[in-house]
Amino acid sequence: MNRQSRFIVSILAFGYAFLYVPLVLVVVYSFNDSRIATVWGGFSVRWYGELFRNEQILDAAFLSVRIALTSATIATVLGTMAGLALARFRRFKGRTLFSGMITSPMVMPEVITGLSLLLLFVALQQTTGWPGQRGFGTITIAHTTFAMAYVAVIVQSRLMSMDESLEEAAMDLGGHPLRVVFDITLPLIAPAMAAGWLLAFTLSLDDLVIASFVSGPGSNTLPMYIFSKVKLGVSPDINALATLIIGFVSIGVFAAWLITRRKTS
Amino acid sequence: MNWRRIAIAAPYLWLLVFFLAPFAIVLKISLADPVFGQPPYTQSVSLDSFAFLFTDKIYVITYLRSVLMAASATFLCLLLGFPMAYGIARSRPATRSLLLMLIILPFWTSFLLRVYAWMGLLNNYGTINTFLLWAGVIDQPIPFMYTDFAVFVGLVYSYLPFMILPLYASLERMDLDLVEAAQDLGASRSRAFWDVTWPLARPGVVAGCLLVFIPAIGEYVIPYLLGGPESLLIGRVLFDEFFVNLDWPLASAVAIILLLLLVIPIVLLQRYQARDQEGVA
Amino acid sequence: MKNFISIKGVGKHFGNFVAVDNVDLAIEKGELFSILGGSGCGKTTLLRMLAGFEVPTSGSIEIDGIDVTSQPPYERPVNMMFQSYAVFPHMSVEKNIEYGLRREKTAKKEIAKRVDEMLELVQLDDFRSRKPDQLSGGQRQRVALARALIKRPKVLLLDEPLAALDKKLRERTQFELMNIQDELGITFVVVTHDQEEAMTLSSRIAVMNNGKFEQIGTPKEIYEFPHNRFVAEFIGTINTFKGRVSAVNDEKTKVYSTEAGVTLTALGKQLVEEGQQIEVAVRPEKIFVSKDKPEDNGDVCLEGIVDDFGYLGNRSLYRIRLKSGKIVQVSSQNRRRSVTRFLTWEDRVWISWHPNSAVVLLD
Repeated sequence: MNRQSRFIVSILAFGYAFLYVPLVLVVVYSFNDSRIATVWGGFSVRWYGELFRNEQILDAAFLSVRIALTSATIATVLGTMAGLALARFRRFKGRTLFSGMITSPMVMPEVITGLSLLLLFVALQQTTGWPGQRGFGTITIAHTTFAMAYVAVIVQSRLMSMDESLEEAAMDLGGHPLRVVFDITLPLIAPAMAAGWLLAFTLSLDDLVIASFVSGPGSNTLPMYIFSKVKLGVSPDINALATLIIGFVSIGVFAAWLITRRKTS
Repeated sequence: MNWRRIAIAAPYLWLLVFFLAPFAIVLKISLADPVFGQPPYTQSVSLDSFAFLFTDKIYVITYLRSVLMAASATFLCLLLGFPMAYGIARSRPATRSLLLMLIILPFWTSFLLRVYAWMGLLNNYGTINTFLLWAGVIDQPIPFMYTDFAVFVGLVYSYLPFMILPLYASLERMDLDLVEAAQDLGASRSRAFWDVTWPLARPGVVAGCLLVFIPAIGEYVIPYLLGGPESLLIGRVLFDEFFVNLDWPLASAVAIILLLLLVIPIVLLQRYQARDQEGVA
Repeated sequence: MKNFISIKGVGKHFGNFVAVDNVDLAIEKGELFSILGGSGCGKTTLLRMLAGFEVPTSGSIEIDGIDVTSQPPYERPVNMMFQSYAVFPHMSVEKNIEYGLRREKTAKKEIAKRVDEMLELVQLDDFRSRKPDQLSGGQRQRVALARALIKRPKVLLLDEPLAALDKKLRERTQFELMNIQDELGITFVVVTHDQEEAMTLSSRIAVMNNGKFEQIGTPKEIYEFPHNRFVAEFIGTINTFKGRVSAVNDEKTKVYSTEAGVTLTALGKQLVEEGQQIEVAVRPEKIFVSKDKPEDNGDVCLEGIVDDFGYLGNRSLYRIRLKSGKIVQVSSQNRRRSVTRFLTWEDRVWISWHPNSAVVLLD
């Protein structure tokens, strides 16, 4: 092994340790019996039990999942349309504005997105009476808005790398354009749509800042609840929650990795 | 061709209403004056909020601190991320996909909980201090938490994957023969790196840096959880002006200035991404 | 006989770029017609206008007496085999082939019957339930062919049909295509950049350049009697001699060429005038090379030395330098097996050709 690669290997080792040691510690401490989270007091799963008895957490989690399911689904529908429009309809009025608006929410700082949407909802309420209450509806709209950008970009890049003559061939064989979308385009971009949906779902579950802006009193999403709790310091039941999330995600990502690896080899 | 119109109109309208219109409202409110009431701003038009931002030193300093903090976090991400991305891109295919998956995995876990994980590491009774005390390196805990250092570590930790992925993408695409060709033509190992690898990786470097810098500058969670009361960053100021001081016009003005600050990086990033998309096709 | 496909004054502009420049073309029923040209010459755009993917900026296209100029692709009696084959990756071979009939709402029984016919025609019986990623390039090509033919189109368009195949397979597939075309009697329009492919496949060829046709004719006409330098050089190699027309009559044109150092004769009624600057062209394989001066039998005969040569197995190539410095390429069949070289560098040689072998190139 040469000198440079030894340097690279040590950086890699350091980098991955940097990324994973904090997560591993959270997992370890979640099984700590002690109330002071960082002092080891023996193995225990009591915090998991407490987690499932905590109705506030369960309510918040339920709300978050509902929002994530709804916004991911709407975002996938709208984002797919947008990706299709950008990749396949060559010229239409306002295309530049459209493509600018599609990608902007991805790079906009969350505080700005959150603030501007809240101000919109307030203004709407004053002029139209809707939304009467901020919560599920407003958070779902906010999440849909930035998540559809991700879906659109994923779908668009899949379409760009897809042979356009597949769609032309279907049209040549007698398929009307809309028919071709359902026969050829959608089946072929389905994996991209699924990836987009999953990303949208995760982003929604993960969002704290935007939800904090656009939610009203009484509607706490899971990240909002966690935030209000960890503001006060390390807390053992949050360790347990984090462990569940890390475990769940790891299994999912690892399974996906195994499947794609088998497919490619 | 009706369905085509729907496919364009539905997302278009959504974005006009829920993305573009809100900015117009932010702009309008930033030009109003705060009052006590519902809504807490006047219908008048003035530049008072902006004037206030530039006269009260604290805001100027906060903007500068945010830029500096984001820039140094970006630099450290690059310093750590480049060799990592390089190492991943040059590893054997089987290892490569595993290493890559391990970079992507944290993306899918909660951002908030990953920041939270550092609280347990950095506080006075946290893992690092406990370990250092046990090892006898120190005899009093070092106060890592609630400092700029903690914010800095949090930023680098959270945004490192955003740096590595575009870097990896441009390094992986690169033909290894190019480096060998340069060496064959007499370039030393480091010469070949600066003459071939670095220029070809530059699009990835630009994208990675922007992907870290832009969100880092407006970051709210990290300074709130890991930073001290004196480590003011602009995202937190905006949040507090709005929710604590209820000064909507000022919060809006803070947002507008932040946006102006980010216009150039955002446009750069979009142009890069558009080019990347064309590259795919 | 009425033209089956008639293209009249068709042009296609993309912004300022003229892809196809006001072309006229008539193709007869049952022809295997090739449009030959380099990349960017407009041949693919022309094909896409026939298929309906592009609408001409000007002109009209008629197929079997019906104006299809503005008909969308899904209503035209025309099917296409794409360069990439565009076999639907998420459908089995069978589903791919039956796709067109299903869009026509053909009865199930009829679909099954015709799919069987097609599978037999392209010899893919055993592969009917395979997915495209389990097929070789040649098999995918045949799926694409069957899929396009099952609708019994009036015209089958083929975009670089063989470009994606390796050389051996290409040669075999060429003849398969010709057999299928012969059997079904469908008019084929092929777009290709490969002159050899066009020569073997086609009943007629149109050579295209810069959005226009340079020459339309049978492969033999195109090769033996190229109208101009572009056509002559695009198809095979050719030697050209610049010169001035010294005499012209109904049968022959005499041209004095300083490059050749003699007066050359070219056959045919040419639209040239005395004194005009033109070029006379001779194909390398029409030229004989010998060590001794041949007997005077009316052939053109020039002296030169061997500048370079190459051995290609079935034939040898020689580059002969004339006194004027002009290099002439000669291709000669290696009829006899011989290990020793017949000629080597700087050998003094004679080259000769029959006056009938030379043509006059306009422009």
